[in-house]
Amino acid sequence: MNITQEDIRSRIEINSISGNEIEVNMGPHHPSTHGVIRFILHLDGEIVVRATPDVGYLHRSIEKIAEKLPYSAFMPYTDRVDYVAPVNCNVGYALAVETMGNLEVPERATWLRMLGMELTRIASHLLGVGALTVDLGAYTPFVHALREREYIFDLMEILTGTRMNNNYVRLGGVCQNVNDDFFEKLSKYLDHFVLFLDEFERLIGLNKIFIERLKGIGVVKAEEAIHFSLSGPNLRGSGVQIDLRKTDNYCFYDQLAFDVVVGKGKFGVVGDSYDRYDVRIEEMKQSEKLLRQILSKIKEGEIQAKIPKKLILPEGELYHRTEAPRGELGFHIISDGKSLTPYRVKIRTGSFTAMTTLSDKLKGMMVADVIAYFASLDVVAPEVDR
Amino acid sequence: MNQLAYMIILAVIYLGVIVVTAGVLTVVERRIAGRMQSRIGPNRVGPQGAVQWIADALKALQKEDIIPDQVHPFLFKIAPYLVFMGVFLTLVPIPFGAYAFMEDLDVGIYYVLATASFVVIGFMIGGWASNNKWSLLGGMRSAAQMISYEIPTALAIVVIILMAGSLNLNKIVQAQGALPHEWYIFRNPFAFIAFFIFFISALAEGNRVPFDIPEAESELVSGYNTEYSGIRFLLFFLAEWANLVVIGALVTVLFFGGGNLGFEYLVQLPLPGRDPMKIEILGFLWFCFKTSIFVFIIIWLRWTLPRVRIDQLMDICWKYMVPIGFFIVMGTVLWVYFVPDNSQVDFITRIVMTAISTWILIYFVYRVYRNLKITKAKIHLNPFL
Repeated sequence: MNITQEDIRSRIEINSISGNEIEVNMGPHHPSTHGVIRFILHLDGEIVVRATPDVGYLHRSIEKIAEKLPYSAFMPYTDRVDYVAPVNCNVGYALAVETMGNLEVPERATWLRMLGMELTRIASHLLGVGALTVDLGAYTPFVHALREREYIFDLMEILTGTRMNNNYVRLGGVCQNVNDDFFEKLSKYLDHFVLFLDEFERLIGLNKIFIERLKGIGVVKAEEAIHFSLSGPNLRGSGVQIDLRKTDNYCFYDQLAFDVVVGKGKFGVVGDSYDRYDVRIEEMKQSEKLLRQILSKIKEGEIQAKIPKKLILPEGELYHRTEAPRGELGFHIISDGKSLTPYRVKIRTGSFTAMTTLSDKLKGMMVADVIAYFASLDVVAPEVDR
Repeated sequence: MNQLAYMIILAVIYLGVIVVTAGVLTVVERRIAGRMQSRIGPNRVGPQGAVQWIADALKALQKEDIIPDQVHPFLFKIAPYLVFMGVFLTLVPIPFGAYAFMEDLDVGIYYVLATASFVVIGFMIGGWASNNKWSLLGGMRSAAQMISYEIPTALAIVVIILMAGSLNLNKIVQAQGALPHEWYIFRNPFAFIAFFIFFISALAEGNRVPFDIPEAESELVSGYNTEYSGIRFLLFFLAEWANLVVIGALVTVLFFGGGNLGFEYLVQLPLPGRDPMKIEILGFLWFCFKTSIFVFIIIWLRWTLPRVRIDQLMDICWKYMVPIGFFIVMGTVLWVYFVPDNSQVDFITRIVMTAISTWILIYFVYRVYRNLKITKAKIHLNPFL
């Protein structure tokens, strides 16, 4: 007879005060909490009876800083909202301000932005799945994923000038142009990347132990995922077919063909940890397709529109959301119509909502599953706290 | 008195050899891991980083010996020694060549099983005395794991004992021959299964990936050795790497004919190098070669596989390994009784088993080749970058 998590949960309800619990702090300094996140775990042996996630150790007051800075000066701070996917955050903020201020963006600049976003998405997902494997104890796939990420950083260095925290996007355009040499390098890299993904799947994705560790662990059903307001790959891992790139039509995503990947319950139930891993792998393949299409469509042209030196947005508020690697990244900007700075900027991130599932889902898991489930959500600490 | 002095000198020599072997193994493992992960690994200290381990050891020796507050000082201090002693003592009866062993114990393999249990006591004491909840979890995990896996290990060894009719490791080696079909692993199907059971449970007893859950860096923050530093921490790791050699050596001795080169025949043959001393050295090298293959496989597994969960680990042991273990013991009993040595059935079985294993090996190489071709990955065989 196999004991499921549900059985253990019902047993916890009955013996809620067993007196044999120990309370341990997982984090803030723990190798698997991806930064500084803390769980207070109440353990009965290896089984988690209660889990309380504790966030806020990486709070940098980014939203408050926004209120003190002109709109364009806040751009470098958006890199740090999610330092694993900086360009996506750049673009998210830029689009919000541009939509609110009715600023034009040259066509080539938008294409370059999309190029940066999709490259960053691949880099971010590589780190996500890589960290998942290292949390399960497989070190080599992690290093292989990081190696590929380094190649992408080499490309990002040509594109944006920096390897990480690429402060690439400007209001009304991007900061620098690239020549055809870069596009050649990129398309050569994409040829290599497809093969790498295949190798990665052979190395770890289809590994029996890896599958056994992930299948059926931390199942988030579709309605639950919506209830928890999960977004991005975590939501799609639960089988909900929503991608803001399709639904919201920002940038030129409507001109490109790509599939919205959803979890299919490849080895276990739809919405388990393996599905979330699988969705990320498949999304990397889709991003690769997108990059090839962008390469074929990009044309010469301006990369920066003229924008007023002292930008004052009209009075009102606007919420603009984009599809970042960790889910919906929304910028809610309120302007009083008088000052050079926003009245308030609220950032909505996918990692934060993913954290809300933890205290419910961790109950009844084993300690090792806590790591597996948490890693499969691909939570990044700075994005949680901002 | 002379006897005592002789024993002490022998022990010191053995200690030196095993420490050096374990030390060199740390560098070898890191270099292999480096190659697997598209990086170089340690190559600064000495030629190709060969004496990196001395630098590491000296660094650990210079560290302050930290005994945290509120630990149990005596137990905290003694735990690493127990672990190291457990591993070191298992080396005593292992025959590295026809005459290269510390003591020709008649209860050889039984003694190995007994002394290996010191390790689990060390882990438990270390985990408990550290006054750290993660360490305690690690200690408890290791106790559950190692005691469970002693049973399949013992059952696999019983298969060999039944076939050899002796507990003496030297006699077990002598009973096998130099050629593959004379090795115990290919003698009958049950011994073939016993090899896998022994190898897997030896991995689990040695806390190696995929069964390294007592350490589980990403779960338990290194488990029982979290609070240790300096030389005590080093002793834990020395024991771990020495244990690699022990596993490799035991597999070689029990299943792969040890350093047996067919000594008796070789000295009678009119060969130029039939000096017994030379043959002994050749046998030792042959033994080292086989052992290092298994050590390499263990390192290879460690850097490839993820780790299993504790309940899966227990499932593997109690639901699969132990029943199969009992099955192969019964099977071997019947086999030994009904199929006499050197009969026709015995000979055919050996040849067939060897052929099947060779085919498995060839198929594996083919699969690797095919994977390389599909993923267009490059293979670099030069170990010195």
